[in-house]
Amino acid sequence: MIDFQALAEALPKSPVDLAVIVESLPQMLQGMQLTVELTLISLAIGFSCSIGLAMLRLSRHPVLWMPVYGFVFFFRGTPLLVQIFLIYYGSGQFRFQLMDLGLWVYFRDAYFCAVLTLTLNTAAYTTEILRGAIRAVPHGEIEAARACGMSGSLLYRRIILPKAFRYALPAYSNEVVFLFQATSLVSIITLMDLTGVARTLVSKTFDVYEIFITAGLLYLAVTYAILGLFRRVEHRWSGHLRDRPDEAKRLRGPLAGIATPML
Amino acid sequence: MLQGWGDEILRGLGMTLLVGFCALGVALVMGLLGSWAKLSRSAFARGLATLYTTVVRGVPELLMILIVYYGTPTLIQNIAEHFGHDIRVDFNPFVAGVTTIGMIYGAFATEVFRGAFLALDKGQLEAARACGMGRALAFRRIMLPQVWRFALPGLGNLWLVLIKATALISVIQLTELLRWSDIAARNTRQPFTFFFVAACLYLLITLVSQLALHRAERWANRGIRRA
Repeated sequence: MIDFQALAEALPKSPVDLAVIVESLPQMLQGMQLTVELTLISLAIGFSCSIGLAMLRLSRHPVLWMPVYGFVFFFRGTPLLVQIFLIYYGSGQFRFQLMDLGLWVYFRDAYFCAVLTLTLNTAAYTTEILRGAIRAVPHGEIEAARACGMSGSLLYRRIILPKAFRYALPAYSNEVVFLFQATSLVSIITLMDLTGVARTLVSKTFDVYEIFITAGLLYLAVTYAILGLFRRVEHRWSGHLRDRPDEAKRLRGPLAGIATPML
Repeated sequence: MLQGWGDEILRGLGMTLLVGFCALGVALVMGLLGSWAKLSRSAFARGLATLYTTVVRGVPELLMILIVYYGTPTLIQNIAEHFGHDIRVDFNPFVAGVTTIGMIYGAFATEVFRGAFLALDKGQLEAARACGMGRALAFRRIMLPQVWRFALPGLGNLWLVLIKATALISVIQLTELLRWSDIAARNTRQPFTFFFVAACLYLLITLVSQLALHRAERWANRGIRRA
């Protein structure tokens, strides 16, 4: 274990109060833990829902695609902060109805409301990304699969979805970064995520810069870690589209760069 | 239904639009400057622009607003104290909000403009230079009119995201749409009604903007032959 207190006292005096930063780091890292937790839970549930929603969105039946269209339109067209207020404060207006249903214990809880809102929000954006990706799967491949006798869920599982995920990856990495940063809004409904911890520390110590900028750097680091991770996954998933190393060497002429297809 | 809060909400809507337009103006200027720096020959300018877009992309908007709103007065006070003056500075939330949102979306506009400048036909610029136009004149007459056309879809998208981001300024007490809805919700004890009204108004802005953007794109492409 690092003794942050002792470390803080050992630091020399400087115009930027380094001691404050070191002292507040343990609390900030705890806040970051909640930030990451909220991101991962919402992403996992939101992504699972969005696969089904994207399929419904692409169906020909108005009864099936229209509600999904409305859901996506609402959550993409309004600010996330409004959605958080609508669910967290708005549920109070239906307090007695929710009590009758036994749901009030959940809606009273800021953590539950935060996860619910973030999940619905990311589900809407991901549905739209997956819809585009599924529609981008070449029709010939689907025809070929049908000719081989695949249909329904097998067709989706083996042919359409793997290809669609690959198409969706660049846009989805942006969505993950967006959601990770959007979790900072939960500090407004009293949760102690990284931004929440930073705000509390600032109101106690008045060291506005030291604390907010440290928090900003932590966000920055995790954001670029996420982007780096997705770049690696993209690299792996497009392995079959790249030239083999020996072939790339042979092709190293004016056309070498162009010969590598972009995903 | 709105129990007399209708006019406040409408005033809030006006403020949201005003903040949005002002921030868009800042973002466009920052975007033009940023893309110019990114495409410049000077390594220093390129580095500075890259630093700008990197930092903005990595830090949440809310934190950025808090840093600017609470940080700037402290910075000014600290500098004043250093020179032996004891002053108190209060930052106007409107200015803070417009600056921050403008700076954040300026980074996105930088990428949009960069793509648009790269999409220009190099031969046209050479032709303009051969006709005797100076750099500034060629930029104004040949490049800028075409850059708008290439940048329009990206900028449209930027506007749709930007107007939603203005809701965050309610956190620093600027009385825009969400702030007024919040005040009304507290006073009437009908939070769902008022936040739902706010949500519908944001949807309305999105819808009208999409229609207008569609028109603008058609207008911008009116001289282009379709394949």
